[in-house]
Amino acid sequence: MKRLRHTRHTVAIRLNGIDRTGECEPRTLLSDFLRYELGATGVHVGCEHGVCGACTVTVDGLAQRSCLTLAVVADGREVRTAEGLAPEPGVLSELQAAFRRHHALQCGFCTPGILMSCADFLARVARPSEPDVRQMLSGHLCRCTGYSNIVSAILEVASGNEDSPDA
Amino acid sequence: MNDPSTPVRPTAWVGQSIERREDVALLTGTGRYADDLGTRPGTLHAAFLRSPHAHARIKSIDVSRALAHEGVRCVLAGADVRSWARPFVVGVKQPMEHWCIAVDKARYVGEPVAVLVAQDRYIAEDAIDLIHVEYEPIDAIVDSETAIAPDAPVLHEAVGSNVVSNRQFVYGEPDAALDAAPHRVKIKIRYPRNSCTPIETYVVVAEHGSEGDYDVLSNFMGPFSLQAVMALALQVPAAKLRLRTPRDGGGSFGVKQGVFPYIVALCLAARKAQAPVKWVEDRLEHLVASTSSTGRISELEAAVDSNGRISALAYDQLDDCGAYLRAPEPATLYRMHGCLTGAYDIPNLKVRNRVVLTNKTPAGLVRGFGGPQVYFALERLVQRIAVELQLDPLEVYKRNFIGAGDFPFRTAAGALIDSGDYHATLQLAGQRGDLAELVEKRDAARAEGRLYGIGYAAIVEPSISNMGYITTVMTKEARAKAGPKNGAITSATVSIDLLGAVTVSVASVPHGQGHITALSQVAADVFGLNPIDIIVDVELDTRKDAWSVAEGNYSSRFAGAVAGTVHLAACRLRDKLARIAAAQLRCDHADIVFADHKVFARTAPAEALSFPRLASGPHWAPGVLPDGVSPGLQETAIWTPEQLVPPDENDRINTSGTYGFAFDICALEIERDSGKVRIDRYVTAHDAGTLLNPALADGQIRGGFAQALGAALMEEFAYRPDGSFASGTFADYLVPTAVEIPEPVIAHMQTPSPFTPLGAKGIGEGNSMSTPVCIANAIADALGPAVDPQAIELPMTPSRIIELIAPAEQRPQHIAPPPQGDGKHFATSGSVNIAAPVEEIFRVLHDPEQLASLIPGCRKLHVASDNRYIADIALSVGLVNVSFHADISVVDEEPMRRMRLFGKGSGALGAAEGDGRITLTELPDGTRLDYEYKVSLSGKIVAVGARMIESATGVVLKQLFSRLGRVAGHKASGAARWQGLLRLIGLGKPGSQERR
Repeated sequence: MKRLRHTRHTVAIRLNGIDRTGECEPRTLLSDFLRYELGATGVHVGCEHGVCGACTVTVDGLAQRSCLTLAVVADGREVRTAEGLAPEPGVLSELQAAFRRHHALQCGFCTPGILMSCADFLARVARPSEPDVRQMLSGHLCRCTGYSNIVSAILEVASGNEDSPDA
Repeated sequence: MNDPSTPVRPTAWVGQSIERREDVALLTGTGRYADDLGTRPGTLHAAFLRSPHAHARIKSIDVSRALAHEGVRCVLAGADVRSWARPFVVGVKQPMEHWCIAVDKARYVGEPVAVLVAQDRYIAEDAIDLIHVEYEPIDAIVDSETAIAPDAPVLHEAVGSNVVSNRQFVYGEPDAALDAAPHRVKIKIRYPRNSCTPIETYVVVAEHGSEGDYDVLSNFMGPFSLQAVMALALQVPAAKLRLRTPRDGGGSFGVKQGVFPYIVALCLAARKAQAPVKWVEDRLEHLVASTSSTGRISELEAAVDSNGRISALAYDQLDDCGAYLRAPEPATLYRMHGCLTGAYDIPNLKVRNRVVLTNKTPAGLVRGFGGPQVYFALERLVQRIAVELQLDPLEVYKRNFIGAGDFPFRTAAGALIDSGDYHATLQLAGQRGDLAELVEKRDAARAEGRLYGIGYAAIVEPSISNMGYITTVMTKEARAKAGPKNGAITSATVSIDLLGAVTVSVASVPHGQGHITALSQVAADVFGLNPIDIIVDVELDTRKDAWSVAEGNYSSRFAGAVAGTVHLAACRLRDKLARIAAAQLRCDHADIVFADHKVFARTAPAEALSFPRLASGPHWAPGVLPDGVSPGLQETAIWTPEQLVPPDENDRINTSGTYGFAFDICALEIERDSGKVRIDRYVTAHDAGTLLNPALADGQIRGGFAQALGAALMEEFAYRPDGSFASGTFADYLVPTAVEIPEPVIAHMQTPSPFTPLGAKGIGEGNSMSTPVCIANAIADALGPAVDPQAIELPMTPSRIIELIAPAEQRPQHIAPPPQGDGKHFATSGSVNIAAPVEEIFRVLHDPEQLASLIPGCRKLHVASDNRYIADIALSVGLVNVSFHADISVVDEEPMRRMRLFGKGSGALGAAEGDGRITLTELPDGTRLDYEYKVSLSGKIVAVGARMIESATGVVLKQLFSRLGRVAGHKASGAARWQGLLRLIGLGKPGSQERR
């Protein structure tokens, strides 16, 4: 048991379009690996039991809780975090800009996870209704905003969303 | 040109809903929260060992196995703390000792007992399980009314009682008014324990310096009066405790005040480890042990005339502050003291305030702090007055509100309410929310037999707390001895750099409220610049920045105090620049105008200087400054509202610097089948004086409303009668999600405060105060007058409501299964037929080797004494691996007939105790074994999933006895004297049964 725990593994992922490698133990959480090994501190940890959603990232395009995923499981996969959403430095994505316009964040701690769920959601659901958006958002806890500005921001992006939405 | 002593009311940027300066970083994952800042090489990581018991003496702590674990540096325990630190000072004179970790006794589940320091967090959390603590449990006290009983177990023996403060106040002639009143209306309420649970948990990095000083980075939010409390506990001068806070905070809502005992514990851990030590709290720790709102039981009575006019109020308030009176408690009781009469002109008031300690997490700041508790009583009472006198509630409000012409208004208990127009705000709420339509909807719904109700709440929202209000808890004699405390001192620095750019530094410690944005608006107006030109530094370093006792992110003090003080500092710097510009432009400094990045004389706008050029000059050429202008371009303003003085000799206290107002209307419907509440419309009208940025203000309203809706309908820290904590995950402590929160209708009035530099008042806590009771009033209205007013208790969960609306036989079974056992224990029983004679079963139970093979998960068992065994047990229950150290005794109560199998154990997941009675009855072909078990659990195991573990325990017991059947039966098969018992009847045979 001890030997297994202390075995170091090299995990290689494509993080926000850049090939990255790091070392971890078999039990290292993906959230810890991304934050402390690769420096992606936009991944936030709020509950470590999969309820709050702050640590959500996309793995091969699918939104996942990085606090419930082992880093070794992500080996060889494509991981995106909030750091990778902007199309270029200094320019916000449509969704990020809509969040800003609508005051859809306050402390911002839950926001990166919400953005990543939206990235997955908007890629799958072209014209979501407000209940659809609220249902998707119910996988995230935000204690600051009361959610309605987040809903407005997402709906605004979704309404201008014809074919292939870019979160 | 305006003199800063009569501040200008800027109109350009202040008042606009500009986009937030903070957002680009936060949206791109580049925020700088406390856990994002990196640490020095060699930084170690801490894990806390916490008490699984609500009340227990700590008999011994054995850290040897933990220290032997690879990667562990040290363990800080009570003995270290005793030698290096002191207990925290408390707000009342009582011989209570609250140390940063428990030293001799644990008084709540989750109380830190030891701090283990290791090279990484994973190792620290592994090794914490290897510390063995021997506890001697004591009866716990959970209910505050039980805690005041004379025979209740006492938490702090030296105090001799659980009541640590008892004060009575009389203002005017309340008794005479009550005696003379044609009507007396009374209500009793309970306000639960809950919290706003920020998504970012506590983070502390502490280092012990070579000169005995401590350097701490944390997400502590103030009040910075607690810096002194921490320094005193660490026995260092305040200057030797350097506190730093990061730019970004992941939500606080008052809650991050509660990190301060951990700061002290980690300073000591760093001292012991001789290395920097970092700790990031996990969610379980946060829910169990960080902080909580103060639970309150209030009895409130009003003297009322036939028109609904209230002439007197009598409060009896009992606050449950948890296991320790942790600073700033008992402030929950006193923050609201000045405005206990709410929005009403009520001349007579009497109050009894008692503070009781119970075996629960210490209480502290939680958004609204005192307001939700007071208004839940006061506004429920107003609703009851309307019901009992058969008046329209709005008439009761209008007849009692402080008149618009009466401001500033001095309340009975001493608050000086600065400005407002309560009647007009009520009117505004009714119009914006279309109250007439809601009333029609209610009438129509009721005609159909539906449960539709409308509730109201009117609240005065205090902001900018008077640091002296807490001294109201002392008698005037004690206050005279202690010396005066008062004010709300606020500091802000504005400076201009070498190239003429403006930087604002404050000690406001934001956690998402947009301080950078709002302050850049304030400063931009003063200097004629754009907000984007202003750098706002909100990182705080107590060694370098201007700060004082009242600083921090609490009591909604930002808009009134912090932004106001920034305005004052900016005006001073602008006036200095005006004198310099006047010399260059050869005009009077009073004629200088700052606008559009230019500085010019009002009479000659064409000859303008560029702002950066003018503003950088004094750095480069201090020798040519005009006479009387000192070098340097930095101004620090320090402000306190002059109205904030100490309590007077009659205990009257102006508790806050300014007082906003909110009037709310809630229309809702209750589903008869489920007891679920559906909010139809929620209207909230606020008067927070001048709004600096309306979008930020609305953000505060929406967020406060969402948290308050959670408090009203969902959230409660649940304790079991033995003090176990049962809300340790976000699956147990439910907070609202996007599907539960409707969009409120928001309206604003703006009557500027005459007492703050910009006329602004706080807005962050209004809905925390108004919404829970407004929803409760709407529920009471929906349920009708027949429902016992006392039954309206928060949170109004579906199960609580269904209890009120459905007859017992129609209540859905799934909602509230009756608990098994007596609440402290749960009981399980069963019966097994075993194909072995009674003697053999007895023999097996007394044979350590056999016993070890019976106990599920038993790895090791050794004999401690006759019939007493020590075992290491490891069980897997679902995803949870439970390993614990158990002490098992087997006692024969009646040989060959009845015995008792008693076991208690503790491990990383908590403590368990099982007490079972086994009765053996001889059958023709074997033995029937009946068992009855009482099991109690405490600690993590309860907090994260009591229900799952309880059913698992039933399974484990079933396993134990079915193994007994197999082992005894097997023995029978191998030995001649058991030959006759080969016909095994195990569990699963028709003869066996399981009852639960």
